Amino acid sequence: MKGGLRQSMAWLHTWSGLLVGWLLFGIFVTGTSAYFQQEITRWMQPEARGQATPEEAVHGAVRYLEKVAPKAQSWYITLPGARGNTTQLFWYPGAGDDEDTSAVLDGRGERVDLRDTQGGYFLYRFHFDLHYIPVIWARWIVGFCAMLMLVAILSGIVTHKKIFTDFFTLRLQKGQRSWLDAHNVSAVLGLPFHLMITYTGLVTLATLYMPWGIAANYKNPQTFYDTLYTPVASTERSADAPLTDLAPLLRRASARWNGAQAELIGVTLPGDRAATVTLTRAAADGIPSRGETMTFDGATGAWLADNPPRGGAMLTESAMIGLHAGRYASMPLRWLYFFCGLGGSAMVATGLVLWTVKRRQQLPDPTRPHLGFRLVERLNIATVAGLPAGIAGYFLANRLLPLAMAHRADWEIHTIFLTWGAALLWAVCRPPKRAWVETLTAAATLFACVPVVNALTTPRNLVASLLERDWVFAGFDGVMLLLAAVFATAAWRAARHRPRPRPARHAAGAEA
Amino acid sequence: MATASKSRTPRARATAALDVALRTLAATFGGYAIAALCTALLPRLLPLPRNEAVVAATLLSFAIYATVVLWAFATASAWRLCGWVLGILAVLGAAAWLSGLAGARL
Repeated sequence: MKGGLRQSMAWLHTWSGLLVGWLLFGIFVTGTSAYFQQEITRWMQPEARGQATPEEAVHGAVRYLEKVAPKAQSWYITLPGARGNTTQLFWYPGAGDDEDTSAVLDGRGERVDLRDTQGGYFLYRFHFDLHYIPVIWARWIVGFCAMLMLVAILSGIVTHKKIFTDFFTLRLQKGQRSWLDAHNVSAVLGLPFHLMITYTGLVTLATLYMPWGIAANYKNPQTFYDTLYTPVASTERSADAPLTDLAPLLRRASARWNGAQAELIGVTLPGDRAATVTLTRAAADGIPSRGETMTFDGATGAWLADNPPRGGAMLTESAMIGLHAGRYASMPLRWLYFFCGLGGSAMVATGLVLWTVKRRQQLPDPTRPHLGFRLVERLNIATVAGLPAGIAGYFLANRLLPLAMAHRADWEIHTIFLTWGAALLWAVCRPPKRAWVETLTAAATLFACVPVVNALTTPRNLVASLLERDWVFAGFDGVMLLLAAVFATAAWRAARHRPRPRPARHAAGAEA
Repeated sequence: MATASKSRTPRARATAALDVALRTLAATFGGYAIAALCTALLPRLLPLPRNEAVVAATLLSFAIYATVVLWAFATASAWRLCGWVLGILAVLGAAAWLSGLAGARL
């Protein structure tokens, strides 16, 4: 490319970032929320209260499953862990079982009737599976975005003349310089995080994106996967035998794993002599902790096998995925992850806005921009203000939709996209500046409404939560108010904004 | 390159567009193909158990891909870039084929 390395990298940075910026913003925002997936789900299921202990939970789960699915092919019991307070059950039914194959139990093992919602799980899934399109396409699209993100980060680093100085530079109220500084500060401060999260994100789906290592070295890909997991035991029933008590198995696994708890219990052929019990270690206690298992005989409780040992490369892969998902993170570290994620979202958003700010001054006639400019400007408004507004709408729908409504969980999700679509329509129909102010105000209002509507529709309002030291609910309401304040500030700044007259001399253009 | 200035002739604009198109194609598809062939070949060379070698190569693949993309937009000539990409693909492809003939893992 002409004009030297820095110019060509600046070009690559600008266009790779712009091409996928809008979707990347959505991936970053929903991915950030996933660090509090369980807390969001707890807030969205206010019926579930109290705490749970693993042993009580497992006894309750087995009691329940022996009643409703005694002859199932397999049971899966997800224990509450440190951040949840419910036990999730799932089973593959055998002949003559109930049709319902999942249930949620409270800490004492009683079934709780929760409102129909996908909770934080939907936001987590959206960040790599999107919605309304087949999952496999979505993952390729997200992979494409992540790859361009990686390219944008690397070319952005080369573009940067003074990466160290910019670390300390934030010039406010200076038009384009301020947008560039804001983009640089959010990008450079969080650079290790952004690089890590992008690369490890690609690694989480690496065998989908890059299956050729397996394809060229194994006749049958299953041979490769079989080296990672303990093979499945018998699937044929032989003779009845009562299931062994699971609590001692949990204690044995915990002792084997230096005190770490099991989070998932799989039981094959429950109630049969050939039953097996597989305990999967919780990911909460170490970065590369990923799916270590212990398998026991379900009738006698005797130890059968551990997961196959993992070598350096596999441990590296596990550590990368562990770093990405942050399942190991304690609460303070989880908040750091959360704010880094918000920083990444801000980096993408300021980058998108900077594209228009930089080009507005170079337009032949700034009152009549060309189609490409208008498209970017409107999509920026719809995405940066509209998507967060949609997420606020998701939380409001969770409280306001009738509990008995058919397809209730689906309609909560539709609310996100209806709100997002409305923001796009608004951005197209209104003059851009007004559209910014109005959509940002709408987002602020919706976020501010969340704690209010929560207080009106459940007994678990912010004051009650604070008095009960219920940090999940209090924290959720607090973050909603914080986001409302952020969007209100942005709306206020957008309303006061006066575009600068075209400067006599262009700032050196190499840095955007 | 950064801004297609209005003063340029249609011919110069077409040349610039072709330049970008060639680089984009070489980066997107050439880059992926190079990364894919490296991922297929590396496990046959690494002194590791087979499943470990496959995982190590797969982990590296995105760095290889990103490097090719950056190179595609940093190098001076788009046509020479295409030549290089095809050459690298030919060498990697031949190596993959030969190592298959030589009884490499499969």
